[in-house]
Amino acid sequence: MPLELYLDLFSQPCRSVYIFAKKNNIPFDFKQISLLEGEQYGEDFGKINMMRKAPAIRDGDFTLAESIAILIYMVEKFHTPDHWYPSDLQKRARVNEYLSWQHTGVRIHGSKIFWLKLLIPKALGTEVPKEKMDSALEDLDGSLKLIEEKFLQDRPFIAGEQISLADLVAIVEIMQPVGAGVDVFAGRPKLSAWRDRVKAEIGKELFEEAHERILGAQEMVKALDASKLQVFKPRILKLFL
Amino acid sequence: MADKKPLEVYLDMLSQPCRAVYIFLHHNKIPHTVKTVALRKGENKTPEFTKLNPMQKVPVMVDNGFVLTESDAILKYLATNYNAPEHWYPRQPERRARVDEYTAWHHTNTRPHAAKVFIMEVLLPRMTGQPTDPAKLERALSELDETLEKLESMFLKRQPFLCGDDVTLADLLATCELMQPLGGGRDILKERPKLATWRSRVQSALKDSFDEAHAVLYRLRDKSRAKL
Repeated sequence: MPLELYLDLFSQPCRSVYIFAKKNNIPFDFKQISLLEGEQYGEDFGKINMMRKAPAIRDGDFTLAESIAILIYMVEKFHTPDHWYPSDLQKRARVNEYLSWQHTGVRIHGSKIFWLKLLIPKALGTEVPKEKMDSALEDLDGSLKLIEEKFLQDRPFIAGEQISLADLVAIVEIMQPVGAGVDVFAGRPKLSAWRDRVKAEIGKELFEEAHERILGAQEMVKALDASKLQVFKPRILKLFL
Repeated sequence: MADKKPLEVYLDMLSQPCRAVYIFLHHNKIPHTVKTVALRKGENKTPEFTKLNPMQKVPVMVDNGFVLTESDAILKYLATNYNAPEHWYPRQPERRARVDEYTAWHHTNTRPHAAKVFIMEVLLPRMTGQPTDPAKLERALSELDETLEKLESMFLKRQPFLCGDDVTLADLLATCELMQPLGGGRDILKERPKLATWRSRVQSALKDSFDEAHAVLYRLRDKSRAKL
């Protein structure tokens, strides 16, 4: 039985798992979970992943959540090329350092922008206060600066000469605010050059395929029935407002 | 390999991830020197420290010139590079994945929610001179409670430790976080016997290193309880 990947390509960590599996020709069954439809709260999905988050995988009897854990698991199980998660301890530590920092260093900020700009206005029927938006953009700006100055510096990729899990996880998160209509690459030649390198390594076709859903987000959210988002209202109020 | 500098770690013992690194080094008898960085005195914001770590955070590890930040990266590096007993970070993919799954989830769950209670009850009042906002504290405690519920039902379940039969990096990171509110005199596991027993199990596995690492926090707890 092949690996089952439970994914919604709307979600950043789902994209990194998808791209990694496809790039490395890892055979898998794509199991669509529609997060905005609330499918993660269904009974069946609860059996796969009690945490009710995507991505999640099932490999025989083994189930796993958390994209970082999933990516590392796939590296070990499928013996992917060394550069993705180098066996050299110091290079690997560099990758782990980024994968650890990014949870609160980037992911939170990129996600927030997406919610503030697209999902919350749709769910609540009103634009978000300007100060909230500005503050979120400032936080994201700070993150991108750190990526350029600390994680990339003058290297082509985060861990050195070759692409690794760190770059993959970074790019999918940075694409999220882009999907919300915020061009984070404008005025950032260093970041843009890195993005082009990452895109070339992944392959233009795969990169665009993985990002099709998020890049169509503005249109998709416009057409969405606002009532579907009401289930997220308590979370919205708690997290963002 | 002559003239190899010993491992250096930059720590503030009031910081949860710093304690996890300290405990790991001591328990596994990895030779090292500790350089104290007092966050409350702003020692993380000096030009020299900023050069070492532009994020101005602790812990930082320097291993013969190799600078590394982020406690889970540091712990995973130490476990592998210094040949710590395998149970800390198992090699078998499924078992390792369980540890990676927890250490990822930890960042946006255990860590922020436990830290917030400590910040609200101890740090903010100290910094601002204002008493804790009861409504905000209530919300923070409720969020923490949800996290503790998940910790118990999704990770610990019926196992002795978070990731299985043996203590791992996951238990180390988690317990250090969950100890923090004790600095304000609050034992967040008081009403949760399963988690309290697990915490005792982890403490037993770590013996003296655990209490040594938490000495500063215990002193803070005693001061806080004296005030109540």
